[in-house]
Amino acid sequence: MENQLDSVAGGGLLDRRLFLKRGLIFSTATAVSPQLLAKVKPFDSSLPAWMLKPGEPFSNYGEPSQHEKKTIRWKMENAMAPGNGVSWTPLHDLEGTVTPNGLHFERHHNGVPEIDPKRHQLLIHGLVKRPLMFSVDSLLRYPMRSLFCFIECGGNSNAGWRSKPIQTKVGYFHGMASCSEWTGIPLSVLLDEAEIKAAGKWLVAEGADATAMNVSIPLDKAVDDCIVAVYQNGERIRPENGYPLRLLVPGWEGVLNVKWLRRLHVTNRPSMTRNETSKYTELLPSGKARQFSFFMDAKSLITSPSPGYQMNGSGLYQITGLAWSGRGKISKVEVSADGGNSWAEAQLQEPILSKCFTRFRIPWQWQGKEAIILSRAIDETGYQQPSRKALIAQRGKHGYFHYNAIVSWKITADGEISHVYA
Amino acid sequence: MFMRNFTLLIFIMMNYAHAETIQGPNLGKPVNHAVVEKWNRDVFPNGEGLPKGTGTAIKGKKIFEQQCLSCHGVEGTGGSADELAGAQHSLTDDPPDKVIGNYWPYATTIFDFIRRSMPLHAPGKLSNDEIYALTAYLLVLNGIIDKDYDINKITLPRVEMPNKDGFINSFKH
Repeated sequence: MENQLDSVAGGGLLDRRLFLKRGLIFSTATAVSPQLLAKVKPFDSSLPAWMLKPGEPFSNYGEPSQHEKKTIRWKMENAMAPGNGVSWTPLHDLEGTVTPNGLHFERHHNGVPEIDPKRHQLLIHGLVKRPLMFSVDSLLRYPMRSLFCFIECGGNSNAGWRSKPIQTKVGYFHGMASCSEWTGIPLSVLLDEAEIKAAGKWLVAEGADATAMNVSIPLDKAVDDCIVAVYQNGERIRPENGYPLRLLVPGWEGVLNVKWLRRLHVTNRPSMTRNETSKYTELLPSGKARQFSFFMDAKSLITSPSPGYQMNGSGLYQITGLAWSGRGKISKVEVSADGGNSWAEAQLQEPILSKCFTRFRIPWQWQGKEAIILSRAIDETGYQQPSRKALIAQRGKHGYFHYNAIVSWKITADGEISHVYA
Repeated sequence: MFMRNFTLLIFIMMNYAHAETIQGPNLGKPVNHAVVEKWNRDVFPNGEGLPKGTGTAIKGKKIFEQQCLSCHGVEGTGGSADELAGAQHSLTDDPPDKVIGNYWPYATTIFDFIRRSMPLHAPGKLSNDEIYALTAYLLVLNGIIDKDYDINKITLPRVEMPNKDGFINSFKH
């Protein structure tokens, strides 16, 4: 076989067919490059290898560094039905307040539908003067607004009800909450176009997945701040988060944020779907259950230091975490490093937005001794995140949904971190 | 007093102006009743939305055994999917058992959920008669109706669920 790296003409011209086989040849070249580098001694040998050769070419869609492959959603599926389950945002590996799109938590009842946006439509009907059908293309022409907000599954943090503290990383316990910039059409604009009749009080929303997921939402909320979202963090919503249309119901439990939105039925009462009766209701010790408990109440968590990580010697650390409230802005986060005996106010990082993740930070000098660290959030309504004891006293242990108690981490003198009920 | 009213007026006007600025291009296509009928599959506790058809538990049992048992267990006692019947504990026990018979407030929800979501491996596959039959079987398993009782759009909303008053509306308008 001829060697294609040989010149085919003077001046270093190489075989024109070289590029047809460049994958093979270049990959060979890449493989031998360390040796080549060793032979061709760089002028400044203190420079790292990646400064001594051209970098990777452009990419159409970027991916995380190969060194960050551990930062993934943790999946928990039903073995009998792999499309039924959840995947959790790795809050423990993330910073700031925005969840990368590929790491936004998922809760699917029967998988992610592959929707052709050309064939997908949204119907608004019921107690309206004009039932209307919208194509996705037509919706893209509507005036839009963006809002940063969290979505949290009503069942997030439910391991907190267990009698023993679960030992896992923060995100795999509290990561059915994520935060994005959502952009879409104010729902009020579409409802105005259909003209709601005076008797309209509720909306039944339906998704286009294989469970035709449905749930009822008070109309007051729908016209207040809900949007039909089309974009998530600037790009079109990912399939697993509702492509091409998702109902955004800021601050209220995740199940209301119907993905793959296809239908909005204006009614005078709720439909009493499974998602608002059998599920997403919270059984109280009395045997009665809370229903339509829409608001996700204030919650906070320390994401660093946190379980699964190891303290790296005594000295200065930054305690940081996330706080949010479905009722508005976070007004204060307090942190304790002595098991709740004393508290200090943490710094809240701007911007502090309503119904949105807020990052808090506080420096901490760890003495290398056993310590219990915890945080508590207070929102602008004055509501304070309850202790686990107080929450259980109020709701019992079998409500499953809406667990928002204070979370505590114990740090041993060896620097090991575990989850405790303090 | 005048100033306060004046400020209020300005505030109202500003809000009004704000609402005015969000004007869509009116691209929704009007649809007729037939289209709405075809799309609308919502069912309400009073029976609104229930289709024609009928079924009894005898037929429902066979369908359950073919389509549902592998996940929901023998007689709906649970498996990889929810326990539907045969509660061993009450709602006030520790731990409680929540099944259709002691927890679900409305029987119409059973029909609605099966029709839109079940079975997971082939949603939309069952006929209305089959769904009524399955609903009847689940109600029989939960001791709510007799096994030869016909379930259809007239009888289903009349089925009174034991836990119909078991919910506290946490949302205040």
